[in-house]
Amino acid sequence: MRLDHTDQQLINHYQRHLPVCERPYLEMSRQLGISEQEVIERLQSLQSRDVVGRVGPVFEHSKAGASLLAAVAAPEEQMDLVAARINRAPGVNHNYAREHTYNLWFVMTAPDNELLEEHLDELEQELKLPMLRLPMVEGYHIDLGFDIDWGALS
Amino acid sequence: MSRFSSADYLRPESIDPSAISAWGLLRLRQQLEQGLPLSPRPYQALAERTGLSEQEVMSAITQWQKQGLIKRFGLVVKHRTLGYTANAMVVWDIPDEQVQTLGKAMAGVPFITLCYQRPRRLPDWPYNLFCMIHGTNRERVLAQLDSLIAEHNLQHIHHSVLFSNKAYRQRGGRYVSHD
Repeated sequence: MRLDHTDQQLINHYQRHLPVCERPYLEMSRQLGISEQEVIERLQSLQSRDVVGRVGPVFEHSKAGASLLAAVAAPEEQMDLVAARINRAPGVNHNYAREHTYNLWFVMTAPDNELLEEHLDELEQELKLPMLRLPMVEGYHIDLGFDIDWGALS
Repeated sequence: MSRFSSADYLRPESIDPSAISAWGLLRLRQQLEQGLPLSPRPYQALAERTGLSEQEVMSAITQWQKQGLIKRFGLVVKHRTLGYTANAMVVWDIPDEQVQTLGKAMAGVPFITLCYQRPRRLPDWPYNLFCMIHGTNRERVLAQLDSLIAEHNLQHIHHSVLFSNKAYRQRGGRYVSHD
């Protein structure tokens, strides 16, 4: 999707360090040289076009609760069905098809490990498919706030 | 650095010596997992929904950023919509004694967006190091992978490339709020 220069500037400046003050969008508008109302409208538009998922915090998963990456090997013709069942399970926030025998990869979160394992056990029983459970051992780099390469996208 | 458990962030004293309602803080975390309101005074709007004051909302967010509970605060971009459609998860079977060194080295490579260690699950899954490359086309991502292998002498390390061809869901983690 092509974005205009101002939308690009919004993303370039505010993937992190969103102002924490009474009128954050007013402060952002001064930085960008547009009105507070335009900042708000542009953020609404970016969200409605699904360019921005949300404005707000990214929580550190190891401190915010429990989370785990899991994968299942679904029969090729049942991928959509199995993916929909996974999405109905509590706390699934990512779910992707990938090119491998283990072809559905998802992340599940819960307030603590006990509940997380319980929810995964229930899902595994429902799906009746081999499931890999891959908790994080150590994160070396986890930050999807990288600078967007607008040139490569145009 | 001190270790906090998830529940510690709900203790008022982890925010401020003055008493802030623990329930208010829990409600604030639940609200924040859904994103910031897009109205002129978003922190005031959150205050009204949580029973905290606007000042308490702002203090809690600032404090959570300092403590590392919030690691980034801003626009959360959906890369696939923007055109990052060639997203590869590259997984490696690295000898245990080298995995930390190589993990740290890969973490510093500009085009690697995520890098972490996970357990093997033998015999099905022999890989213990994961890295992600978000790219706009496959050829470029595969060329970047070739350069990574050459630069870090990974020619003899078994790896696999798992491109994602569809996102069934992509949203922020909801640890304390309901679906």
